[in-house]
Amino acid sequence: MYSFSYHRPASVAEAANLIANAADGKLVAGGQTLLPTMKHRLASPSDVIDLGAIAELGGIVVNGNIVTIGAMTPHAEVAASGEVQEAIPALAALAGNIGDPAVRNRGTIGGSIANNDPAADYPAAVIALGATVRTNRREIAGGDFFTGMFETALEEDEIIVAVDFPRPEAAAYMKFENPASRYAIVGVFIARTAGGARAAVTGATDCAHRAYRMEEALAKDFSPAALADFQAPVDRMNADIHASAEYRAHLVRVMAQRAVAACA
Amino acid sequence: MKIDLTVNGQTASGEVEARTLLVDFLREQLRLTGTHVGCDTSQCGACVVMVDGKSVKSCTMLAAMADGCDVTTIEGLANGAELHPMQQAFMDNHGLQCGFCTPGMVMSGLDIVNRHGKELDAATVRRELNGNICRCTGYQNIVKSIREGARAMGD
Repeated sequence: MYSFSYHRPASVAEAANLIANAADGKLVAGGQTLLPTMKHRLASPSDVIDLGAIAELGGIVVNGNIVTIGAMTPHAEVAASGEVQEAIPALAALAGNIGDPAVRNRGTIGGSIANNDPAADYPAAVIALGATVRTNRREIAGGDFFTGMFETALEEDEIIVAVDFPRPEAAAYMKFENPASRYAIVGVFIARTAGGARAAVTGATDCAHRAYRMEEALAKDFSPAALADFQAPVDRMNADIHASAEYRAHLVRVMAQRAVAACA
Repeated sequence: MKIDLTVNGQTASGEVEARTLLVDFLREQLRLTGTHVGCDTSQCGACVVMVDGKSVKSCTMLAAMADGCDVTTIEGLANGAELHPMQQAFMDNHGLQCGFCTPGMVMSGLDIVNRHGKELDAATVRRELNGNICRCTGYQNIVKSIREGARAMGD
């Protein structure tokens, strides 16, 4: 790992000031992606600003139909939260199947969505549940947040504070996981909400995205059978040693059907 | 930079670089070499220690991030010459061959007990060990050791 200056601010305002004034600064949340990347010398920030000591970024609050998860809340805490399990069980289950137990004790929701790995789980939930990402400056609709491979709508020095998830009528996340990393080879998050069916796909393409055609099919008939003829676009699918584009396209339909079935 | 933490119940301080990993601080400065570095890519789990009671991969945490924390390593488990029940179970059940992954297996075993209690079924142990890799045993006796160690902790 190349050397860097380490900062541990106590407030979001202080962190924002540090990142704005750093030559090539990086915010670190749980560090479960950034630190391995730095160890491989694939990243060499001048300054690392650790968000771990900022109390205002932690915690889970359920207020009416909104579940608010602080950006620095580790996956293990979301998975074990009785409030999340009650309000959005699919979200607790998703968090409980990210990586492995030690990774879940450090990795956070804010870090996961800010990194926007194309095979990460949380982006699918943020999009399908119509969540709102709150930063130190503004609110960003979940559907507008993920803009490309490892790219988000965040400005360089913008800090995620929390994510607000509206409670759905029913929701389920199904992923076909890489057995070693537990990243999604394909993951599909389906939500049945007052505003209709919502669907998001991760792992399949360069960036998690909303699946509008899937939603249209489910609007007519919210059942696995409604997706029997669904075809994901093969030419947009990722292909690697784990799965070909054709196989990923197949998995999108199968995972979606299973998620719809699990919503019943 | 200077860090102050508690390691195995004792105060530990040290001067570290910002880029010093927690595992390197434990091994190189405190000479607690029981915690192993198996892969250095955050996958194998040989470096698992407890930080504030939760299992973490000490190769994927900066020493600076552990400033003020309470760390327990494999060296902190035994009571003098008397092994911790989880360690004894690994010994009794031949839960290791080369032993390289064992410190992480034992620490993860304790984390499983913390979260799932002392009566563990094999499926739970196998699922929860997905961040710990052993290249010798085929896991059979590791699973057996953790189940037995967990039960023994109830005494």
